[in-house]
Amino acid sequence: MTERVVIVGGGTGGTVLANDLADRLEPELDAGDVEVTLINDDPDHVYKPVWLYVPFGQREPADGRRALDELVDEAVDLRIDRVTEIDTDARRLRFDGGEPSMEYDHLVLATGSTLEPDRVPGLAEGGHDYYSESGATALRDELLEFTEGELVLSVVGTPHMCPAAPLEFVFMADDWFRERGLREDVDITYTYPIQRVHGNPHIAEWARPIMEERDIEVETFFNAESVDSDAETVTSMEGTELDYDLLVTIPPHGGVDLIEAAGLGDDGWVDVDKHTLEAEAAEDVYALGDTADTGVPNAGSVAHYQAGVVGRRLASEVRGRPATATYDGKTLCFVETGMDSASFVEFDYETPPSPAPPSEKLHWSKLAYNESYWLTARGLL
Amino acid sequence: MTDIEPDETVDARGAACPGPLMDLIGAIRGAESGDVVRLLSDSEGSLTDVPEWAEEAGNELLAVEELDDHNAFYVEKA
Ligand SMILES: Cc1cc2nc3c(=O)[nH]c(=O)nc-3n(C[C@H](O)[C@H](O)[C@H](O)COP(=O)(O)OP(=O)(O)OC[C@H]3O[C@@H](n4cnc5c(N)ncnc54)[C@H](O)[C@@H]3O)c2cc1C
Repeated sequence: MTERVVIVGGGTGGTVLANDLADRLEPELDAGDVEVTLINDDPDHVYKPVWLYVPFGQREPADGRRALDELVDEAVDLRIDRVTEIDTDARRLRFDGGEPSMEYDHLVLATGSTLEPDRVPGLAEGGHDYYSESGATALRDELLEFTEGELVLSVVGTPHMCPAAPLEFVFMADDWFRERGLREDVDITYTYPIQRVHGNPHIAEWARPIMEERDIEVETFFNAESVDSDAETVTSMEGTELDYDLLVTIPPHGGVDLIEAAGLGDDGWVDVDKHTLEAEAAEDVYALGDTADTGVPNAGSVAHYQAGVVGRRLASEVRGRPATATYDGKTLCFVETGMDSASFVEFDYETPPSPAPPSEKLHWSKLAYNESYWLTARGLL
Repeated sequence: MTDIEPDETVDARGAACPGPLMDLIGAIRGAESGDVVRLLSDSEGSLTDVPEWAEEAGNELLAVEELDDHNAFYVEKA
C-alpha cells in the first residue's frame, strides 16, 4: 500500500517540507511506497518579506514570486487547486470547482495567514498596508508622493505575520525621509495594542529608546476601532483619536476558514502540541508555520524550522518507527533599523531574545538572506 | 466564587503573554455594550495587563477569580 502524505499550502513551510520529504524519503518515493502531494491555490510561490522594501522603491513584487514547479522537487506531485473542506474522520480533502476529492494518510496544513481588514470599519478604505502584494504597490505610490504631514503606522491586531515588520517600517521610513531631507516635515506615529511597543517585552525594551531617539511618537494601548477616511482620523477602543495624512496598518489576521469548519481550531489557526506540531483535535494531522498555534511569532524562519521537524517525524512514521523530533520554539529574525542598518534576534521557548546592536553588516546579512531564500525553499540551505 | 453570568467566555489558558489580553480585546471588540466577557488565563502577566487595559479602555473589571491553576477575569464592556 502506498502511503499518501498531503501538504496543503505551498508557501515557505509547505514548500520546504515537500522538498525535505523528497530528499529524506527518496528510496521510498522511488519504490512507490510513499506519495507526497503539495497543493497550493496559486501556481506561484510568494516570498512575502520582499514586500517590506516595495513601498520604499527598493524591490519589485515580482522579486518575491517564482513558479512553484521550478522550486519543488519533481518527485513531489504538485497540484494547483484550492482545498475547500477537510474531513479528518474520512481523511479526505475536497476542492474548489467540483474536482474529485483526495484521500490522505498523513495531512500537513501549512495554509498561512489571511488579512481581514473588514473587521475594523473604514480600515480597508482609509488604510494602506505592505502585507499584501497589491497593498505594497499602492503604498509605494502614496509614499513616493508623500512629502509632509502625519504618517501613522498602526498595528491593529496580533498575532500577525512577522512581528518585527512594523518596527522595521517606522525605522526605515524615519531614515528614508531623513536621507531625502524631508524628516522635519513628516511626523511619524507608531501605535500598538498593548502597553508596550512590541509583544515581546525584551524586544519592546530595546525598541522603545530607539523610537524616542529618532522622534517616532508612540501610542500604546491603541486598538483601532474605526477609521474615518473622509475626516482622516483613526479612533481606538480606548477612546484616543489620531489624525493622519497617510495611514499604514497591519490589518487583523486570521487563518483560513476551512480549519475552523473542520474543528481543528479557532480563527483559522490549528491547535497543536507546541513541541510535536500534531493537531490536538485529529489523528495524523500536522500543522506548521503561521497556521500552527504555538505562541511563537508568525515568521518564515519558524515555518522553515518546523518543516524540518515535521519532515523528520513523518519519515519516522512512514518507516514505522516512533517519531522523536520536536520543535523547541526556535525563531530567528533580522530587524531592519534603517535603510542601511539592522539588528538580529534569536530565541526559543526557553531563551528570551536579546537584540544585537544594529550594524551595516547585519543589514547586508538580511539582504543576502533574502537573495538566497530561493535556495532555502528548494531545500538546499 | 462569583455569581456573575458572563455573556461570553474566552479560554486563553496555555497562551503566553500578550495572547490572553489580545484574546480579551478581540472578544470585547465584538461584544455589545453591557456584555460581560470572562477571560480564563494562566499567564502571570494577565494579572497586571488585564486591569491596566480595562482601565485605559474604560471597561469595568468586575471581578478576578483565583482558581486552581488559572485566573478568571470578568470584564464588562462600557
Ligand atoms: C511584509 C512582511 C515581511 C516579512 N518579513 C519576514 C522576515 O523578515 N523574516 C521572517 O522569518 N518572516 C517574515 N515574514 C513572515 C513570513 O512571510 C510568514 O510567516 C511565512 O510566509 C509563513 O509561512 P507559511 O508557510 O506558514 O505560510 P505562507 O508562506 O503564507 O504560505 C501559505 C500558502 O498556503 C496557500 N493556501 C492557503 N489556503 C489554501 C487552500 N485552502 N488551498 C490551497 N492553498 C492554500 C497560500 O496561497 C500560500 O501559498 C514577513 C511577512 C510579511 C507580510
